[in-house]
Amino acid sequence: MTPALVIAAHGSHLNAESSTPTYTHADTIRATGAFEEVRESFWKEEPSFREALRTVDADEVYLVPLFVSEGYFTEQVIPREFRLEGWDPDLWRSDGTSATHATLTAEDTGQTVHYCGPAGTHDAMSDVIVQRAESVTGDPDVGEGFGLAVVGHGTERNENSAKAIEYHAGRIRDRGRFDEVQALFMDEDPEVDDVTEYFESDDIVVVPLFIADGFHTQEDIPEDMGLTDDYRLGYDVPTDVDGHAIWYAGAVGTEPLMADVVLERAADAGADVDAAIEQVRERTSGANPTAGD
Amino acid sequence: MHGDHVDALVATAPDGIAFDDLRVDREGDRYAFETPEETHGALSEGDLRDVAADSAYVSNWYFWHAVAPQKADRWAFLRWLEDADETALESRLDDLGDGVVSEWGQLRVTATVDDEGERRYHVRHADDARADAAALTAHEDPRAARDLAKHDRRGRYRPLKSAPTLRTGWRFADLAAADLVETVETFYPASVANWHREREGDLDITHWHETVERQTGIYGVVKTWDRGEGYEHVNWVAEACCDDSQCLKRREWHYDGETDLDVDGGDGRFPCREPCSVVIAAARQWTKLESEDTRTYEFELTPSEKEQVEGIIEAVADGRAGDIREADVYEDANRYRARFLRAKQFDEDGNLGGVPTDRDDGE
Repeated sequence: MTPALVIAAHGSHLNAESSTPTYTHADTIRATGAFEEVRESFWKEEPSFREALRTVDADEVYLVPLFVSEGYFTEQVIPREFRLEGWDPDLWRSDGTSATHATLTAEDTGQTVHYCGPAGTHDAMSDVIVQRAESVTGDPDVGEGFGLAVVGHGTERNENSAKAIEYHAGRIRDRGRFDEVQALFMDEDPEVDDVTEYFESDDIVVVPLFIADGFHTQEDIPEDMGLTDDYRLGYDVPTDVDGHAIWYAGAVGTEPLMADVVLERAADAGADVDAAIEQVRERTSGANPTAGD
Repeated sequence: MHGDHVDALVATAPDGIAFDDLRVDREGDRYAFETPEETHGALSEGDLRDVAADSAYVSNWYFWHAVAPQKADRWAFLRWLEDADETALESRLDDLGDGVVSEWGQLRVTATVDDEGERRYHVRHADDARADAAALTAHEDPRAARDLAKHDRRGRYRPLKSAPTLRTGWRFADLAAADLVETVETFYPASVANWHREREGDLDITHWHETVERQTGIYGVVKTWDRGEGYEHVNWVAEACCDDSQCLKRREWHYDGETDLDVDGGDGRFPCREPCSVVIAAARQWTKLESEDTRTYEFELTPSEKEQVEGIIEAVADGRAGDIREADVYEDANRYRARFLRAKQFDEDGNLGGVPTDRDDGE
């Protein structure tokens, strides 16, 4: 029997669109036929983490967390709720952004689970951030004359959350495509509120490293950056702030190329999905962002 | 009759077949073939092919072994839909000709059979049982159920898929077996798996206490509400959240393995095996609210005003407040009545009876 792919995402009791990117990326992967079964599962919606595996036929499962960073959800909640026997964060031997996978058994179903590192820390995520900058500017060559801000929540509860942001900012900076690249945060310095102070470039693309659009990406960040006084009134892309054009991208997780990162995670854990990766990359480069509110 | 059915039968015959009133046995290099309608012995492979060619019993065997999903729970669910454990094939096929109807949550599933023995399924909302098919929006892709399940008839988000608020006005017609199960599972995730486990005596129930014990992060606080001081608080939780009026799963979890809750678990077709994320999120809020001590307030209400307060709570708790007609001032929870009570009884700071709350819990 061929292995299945299970995606674990947060979901929401309050926001109907929180799960939309998860479903959309899962559909993209389904269309490749790389897995006979692709199952979405959620912390706050159904199927719940606790019951997702029993709805899957396969004896072998690639489990990919659609989360931004290693930390509370990937190290505690998901392994506990999926009942991964013998889980220990040390199995990932990660420095906070380098988790690949660990193979375990689910206690209640007996399935073999290749538990992968989160989508957000995969190297391919850097490409999605860049792709997002291309999507929002409508310019496949965007870079020269532009600054790029990668925005994260901050380290309120988990220091790895900032590490993931800095990791991708560093990787993209090293490529030299953008004139400047900065990691900014909502809840700690350097703060996204002062975005224009961190850039000399006239044009700044701001990409929040969040999976779904919601309260933070749609309300807090646009208001904090001064794009609008009231998010309900909307804002232009770009918006002029202190003499800089701010190209605000919304959650990077809604970028179609994100489906590729999920597949890359499974591939790193041993799944035979090379052809699917190629197909997804071709189909999603330059595609429009997925619907989300 | 498909040649596939006969080929498959001949390929399997050497191992013997006994399924739904069909028996095929090997006798040396010959075969015996038996149904309630006919019995043959000493058949050559060619004879077996001839006998099998027009048999509804063979088509039936083929459907269940080559077409229907082979995972035990999905297979059992499909068998249940046509009452296969209780009804002989011959009368089942008659029934399926007319369509065998079952309800699953708010779904109405109709199973039918075509001339090749293949089952086809139709799904619509139970409240649309009598609706004209042309009046319902038709869907073919099981994934369309995702959007249908997302919002109620008023467009409000449904975080709980098993809430009895599924909207009407749609139908899925002519689904193959695998698509039927996927559609049902999209409306009610894991319902087939847990129903099957229960039937097999294998449902893994995680009771309240155990569920609360494993909570961490912002939900860890619920443990402080659960310190061996009885389980009345859990009765309240179950009464609030797990009633049939709020969730169509049948609650099978109790306080712990030894202590049953006093509140009925409901009549749902499929079981609920542990407190869900909505229950835990609500319990977190109640844990915080229930940490306050009571205090005595004194204010005056007329008897009718006291009853009106009770009526408002009832209407909101039962989800009736939005349905009360604008001019129906005979209803306690009518908006004009509520506004009058507020105008008369609240001071400028919103205090009932002009009595300050005087919170001393830091909130």
